Parts: sequence; C-alpha cells; structure tokens
Amino acid sequence: MGLFKFLKDKFFKKKEDTNLEENIPQEVKEEQVKEEKSLEKYDQALTKSRKNFSSKLDALSKRYQTVNEEYFEELEQILIEADCGVSFTLNIIEELLETSKEKNITNPKDINEELVDKMFLNYLKEGKDIQNEIVFDSKPKVLLVIGVNGVGKTTSIAKIAHYYQKKGKKVSLVAADTFRAGAKEQLTIWANRLNINITKGNENEDPASVAYKGIKAGIENNSDLIIVDTAGRLQNKQNLMDELKKITRVIKKEINEPIECFLIIDGTTGQNGVLQAKAFKEIIDITGIVITKMDGTSKGGIILAIREELGIPVRFIGLGEKLDDFEEFDLDKYLYGLCSELIKDE
Amino acid sequence: MAFEALTEKFSKIIKKVKGQARLTEKNMDEMLKEVRIALLEADVNYKVVKEFIENVKTKAIGTDVYTKLNPSEMVVKIVKDELVDLLGSDKSELLFNKNKPTIIMLVGLQGSGKTTTAAKLAYLMKNKLKKKVLLAACDVYRPAAIDQLQQLADQIKVDLVNLGTNENPVNIAIKAKEKAYNDHYDVLILDTAGRLQIDEPLMDELKNIKHKVNPEEILLLTDAMAGQNSVEVAKTFNEWLGLSGVIMSKMDGDARGGAALSIAHVTGIPIKYIGVGEKIDKLEIFHPDRMADRILGMGDILTLVDKVQENISEEEAKKTVNKMMEGKFTLIDMMNQLKQVSKLGSLTSILKLMPIPGANKISSEQISSAEQEMKNFEIIINSMTPYERENPECLKYSRKNRIAKGAGKTNADVNRVLKKYEQTKEIMKQMKKMKKGGKFPPFNGF
Repeated sequence: MGLFKFLKDKFFKKKEDTNLEENIPQEVKEEQVKEEKSLEKYDQALTKSRKNFSSKLDALSKRYQTVNEEYFEELEQILIEADCGVSFTLNIIEELLETSKEKNITNPKDINEELVDKMFLNYLKEGKDIQNEIVFDSKPKVLLVIGVNGVGKTTSIAKIAHYYQKKGKKVSLVAADTFRAGAKEQLTIWANRLNINITKGNENEDPASVAYKGIKAGIENNSDLIIVDTAGRLQNKQNLMDELKKITRVIKKEINEPIECFLIIDGTTGQNGVLQAKAFKEIIDITGIVITKMDGTSKGGIILAIREELGIPVRFIGLGEKLDDFEEFDLDKYLYGLCSELIKDE
Repeated sequence: MAFEALTEKFSKIIKKVKGQARLTEKNMDEMLKEVRIALLEADVNYKVVKEFIENVKTKAIGTDVYTKLNPSEMVVKIVKDELVDLLGSDKSELLFNKNKPTIIMLVGLQGSGKTTTAAKLAYLMKNKLKKKVLLAACDVYRPAAIDQLQQLADQIKVDLVNLGTNENPVNIAIKAKEKAYNDHYDVLILDTAGRLQIDEPLMDELKNIKHKVNPEEILLLTDAMAGQNSVEVAKTFNEWLGLSGVIMSKMDGDARGGAALSIAHVTGIPIKYIGVGEKIDKLEIFHPDRMADRILGMGDILTLVDKVQENISEEEAKKTVNKMMEGKFTLIDMMNQLKQVSKLGSLTSILKLMPIPGANKISSEQISSAEQEMKNFEIIINSMTPYERENPECLKYSRKNRIAKGAGKTNADVNRVLKKYEQTKEIMKQMKKMKKGGKFPPFNGF
C-alpha cells in the first residue's frame, strides 16, 4: 500500500540516487533534469494551494490523538473547500470511515495517508492508461479548443502551440472566435510572437466557415497541428452549443481522422465545472481537459470531481502566465505538489 | 438562471415538508441536511453554510414552528429570510458625485469579465442614467485587451483613453483622470488587468492607482462559477484595496453562484450588479430579495415587470389592448405582440422569471424550438400582403401556397400560424366577455 510511500520513493529517493550514480548516460541525465524541472514547477505553482490543503491536513492530524467523528467532519471541510465536490467528498469520507473500522486505524496520520491513497485510486479507477500527449498519427492533426467565457482558451492555445513547436511540430492557428471583441487580435499577437500561421475571419463571420478556411490553409501549408480557437460559450446556451456542433461537422468534412478536442476549465471553478464538462461532452467528443490558472490559491479539486463523474482525463495544466508555464498533467506530481508537506514531514 | 438547480432542490425539499402534517425535529433535520448539501453543491462557502444551517435551526425552534398550524410555510419563510440575509439585505446602487467625475475602478482575477463589464457599465450609464462617460484602458498586459475595449467603446460610442501598451497603467489612470476633469465627464471607468490576488507586485500596482486617482468605487468582478476559493480572493482584494462592491458576471449560465453569495456574507461587501448575457445591455442591478425568491422557486416577477417597462412602449401596448377589446385583432397585432415579447429577451430568460411551477423542467430544446416557431411566424406573416394581414379570412389555398413559397415554408406552417391566430382571437373574445362580466381570467402561462 501507500501512495505516500510511492510518491516519497519516486520523488525523494530519486534525488539521492542521482547523486550516487555518476556514470549514467547523458540522455537519462537530461531526462532526469527535465523531470526535476517539471516537478519544481508543479511544486512552485502549487505552493499556495498546498498551504491551504496539506498544511490544513497536517495541522489537523497534529491536533488529534485519535480520529473521531469531529476529525472526519473537519476532513470533510478541507475537501469541500478544495472544490472536490460534495458527492466526491461524501463518498471518500464514507470509504475512509469503513477502512478505519476494518483496519482499526485510529492514528490521524495513517488516515491521511489512506485519504491520499484513495484520491489517487479513485482517479485511476475511472479510466485506462492515460495518454496526455497528442498522438500525431495523421497529418494534420486538428485540435479544437472549447470552453466557457474567460477560462483562458486563447492563452492555453498559445501555450499548446509553443509546447509542440518546441517538439519540432509545425503548428498553425485558426481564430474562429468571431464574436468577442479583440479575440482575433489577441490570438494574432500570439501567432506573431510564436511566428506561426494564423487564419482569421471577419467580425461576426460564421465561425464554421473560418474553421473550414483554417483547416484548408493548414493542410496547404503542411502543418502537423492545427489548433482551432472558438468563442467562449456558457454550456446552457442552446444556440451556441449548436454552433459548436456545426464547427465540428465542418472540420470532419475535411479531416477523416479523429480530431482532438480540449475543454478548458478554469482551476478556480466550483462545482459548475462538472456541469460544463457534462454539457460539452453531450454534444462533442471531448478528448481531454486542460485546467488553467492553477498557480493561484485554488486547489483544483474540480479535477477529481470531473474525473469521478465523467471519466474525462486532464491532459495538461496551466501553471502561470508565461508561455512555458504549461505542463503535461501528471497525477503523481499534482498530488505531490499538494501534499509534499505531509510527505516531507514523515 | 443561476440558481435554477438550487431552486429545483429547494422545491423538492419544500414539497417533502408540505406533505407532512407536523414538523418534527427529525424531519426538520432531514430537510436541513438536504439544504446543506444543496448549498454546498451551489459552491456556497463551507463555513457560511454551517452558519446558515445553524441560524435556520435556531430560528425555527425559537419561533414555535412545531405548534404552528402550517409549519412548512414557517420554515420556508425562515429559509428565505436567512437567504436574503446571506445575499446582503439592501440593494446598493452606485453613488455619483455632483460636481466632479465619479471614478469607478474594476478589478479581479483573469477572465472574470472586467473588460466586457467595463463596456456594459459604460453603456448602462450613458443610456439609462444619461451620464457623459469616459473609459480608460489600463490593461497593458493581456494581448489585445486594449483592442477589445477600443472595439467595444466604438460600438457604444463612448470615449476611451487609449495610450497603448507601452505606458504604465498608473500613468494611464492619472492621465484619464485629468481628461475626465478637464473635459467634464460625469463618470470615468478604469479597466485594469486581471491578476491573482497573491501576485504582490501587481496588487501593489492597483494600490498605487487607487492612491493616485482616488476612485469612489472599486468593484471586484466575480465569476458566478467561482468555487470555494472565491471568498479568499475577495478577502485579499479587499485587504489591499478596500472594495466598495462586487459585480457578479456570467449569471446567465447554470452556475449556482453560491460562492459569490458567500463573498457578500463573509466580507460584507454588497453585490451591486450582475452580468446576465454576452450582449452589451446585459447588466442588471442586483436585488437580494428577488434573488432569494428565485432560489426558492417563487419566480422573479419584479424583474420581469422592470423588463416590460423598459422594453415595451406603453402606447403600443395600449393600442393592442384596445384593439383586442374591440375584437379587431389582426395578424399585424399578433406579430407586434410577438415582437414585443422578443424584445424582453430570450424565452428562456423570461421563463426563468415566471412563477410557473415546473418552469425549470422545460428543456432548452423545447424552448429553442418555441423560439424558432416565433421566428417562423414572423417570416410567414412578412410574406403576406398588407391586405391579407388585415383580413386573414381571405386566405385560401392559392394565397396560402404563394405565401408558403415566398417564406420558404410549407402550407402546414402557414396553417399553423392561422390556427394560432384563431386561438389567440378566441382568447381575446373570452377576455372581453369576462371584462364585461367583471371577471378576469386567471393567468395561465402565455
């Protein structure tokens, strides 16, 4: 057992190991340096979140000698305040109660360990192996980016473009948000900064027609990845959701291979995040979620709630304002970022 | 709208209590447990929920609710009063200076809707309050943020201080203030860049702007979808800047907006406006009591009345009513009616305000098909000659055929319009009779 132990081994031992073994191949070393950098980013970005989550858990376990009803009530509060959602929280607390009875665990520290274990298991249970990276099995690969207003779609697109540009892919952009003032200009500034092609529509032009033109242009200029930006829309607006359907239809006319569709969710979103995912999933095949703004104090418990209810994996995570503040989502690192205080403490 | 799901929950709970003859401590607890879950699911802050439940319980026990003839009504009242309390108990409009410009500063996290709201606020003040408004673009960080505001300002014909992205935001604010004073504007609205409340350099920048221009109002934008953390955000912004109010954006979504309610409760800052749509005129004054009614499924007739008064010209309405009463109701009148209704906004938004039981259950597909039907009616009536509109009884096969072709519809569609017209006319006749008899029919939806 023990995700705790696993995380500890994975992230703490590795540091010692690399110090010991001098003669590992250069490639492996580079890989390790990259890993550490990425871990550092998680760790830094989640500092504030951790202050609220694991320090609270930690403080809680220090205040109690043995667990009792009040302990679980406080645990419930910590989880709910992390936006993990009511049903997720109630389920996990119930499971914890059972386990504590079964295994006769009374030590708060052990209970916390069980808790982190269960959070991890619950996440994994909902899906098979998760492939975060976009697979370039066809050319071009199309990525449609959708979400409600103000979640960070355009910024995320710039980050994704940059991410794959670094991997040597030719990326082009399509500004199919023809509704919001300044949306096209915003994406254009990013395209210029990244020095990539962009297809733009006119104000209030049918977004589907812009998408069509963009796909054509992307195919012509031999792009590996075409990213289509769409206008923000609240999931209860029927006509806007229909518009999204039309955009996918048009894209699928040009592209026979399956397309990627990322739903962008603001990390500070509450339980509505689940409704968002549900509603968008009903009309379009979402292949992944990108959680943005995870560098604030929000705990992003919505990640767990969505996973529990819908089984859509989080693929990437936005950890800051800079282009490079963008990482593949890694549950180990996320939990490590949230809980490292607990782990170090042992 | 925002509280739809919560409303549904409450209706269910209340039904449960209604069905029971006596309120016992046991079913009271059960109800409160459901209220608690509903509130938590609505993103109301954990601590606020706890307080809420305790308050309701104490009040319920304190007011002899167990012996009252109709205890369920009592509980509903207590829950409602508490909710109004939670939402802040008076409506707070903005105050304007008499002799100098009133300066309003908008702050908030990234993506909370500051730029859009700045334009909406400017529009509202210019058109409803007849103020001379100046906007200032102080967001030099987000790409194209200034472009966005410029486009919106052009659209609503409001002046904008646009100094580009190379100027320091504090200087932009100072220059905008100078302009507002020199050119005698009534209102200056400063749009600032989104920032995390823990980003000290950027928070310091806001503080600096505050000291330099001394705004009357500093309004925090909060997303109706925000989670538990929003209380933390509001608290920190308040500590840095001393907020004067909150504007809740994206209230037209299905988020329950609970977190924004907790902000008002925890920090004591009043919610002043709510954003209810993407269009420029979709900004409304926040009314706590109306919102509580909406939460409890009692509809929000007052907002609907406001909307009607704003959008429907009295003369038009009188004309139509008079015609109805004379029994001279033509297709043109029906179309005018439809147009008036559509001015109020989408059917969805109107329905949400109506105290019709089960209004929440009407699916969005049903509503959009009804909206489509309204559009079809208009298209078909537009394809008729003026004579035909005044005298619908002349419409026989060949005329119908021509109209259907002209409108790109089928004959069945045309028949549907005529049938609807006949039905409406019939209702008018009945109303006329009842008016004479001194009775008025009960309101059965519309």
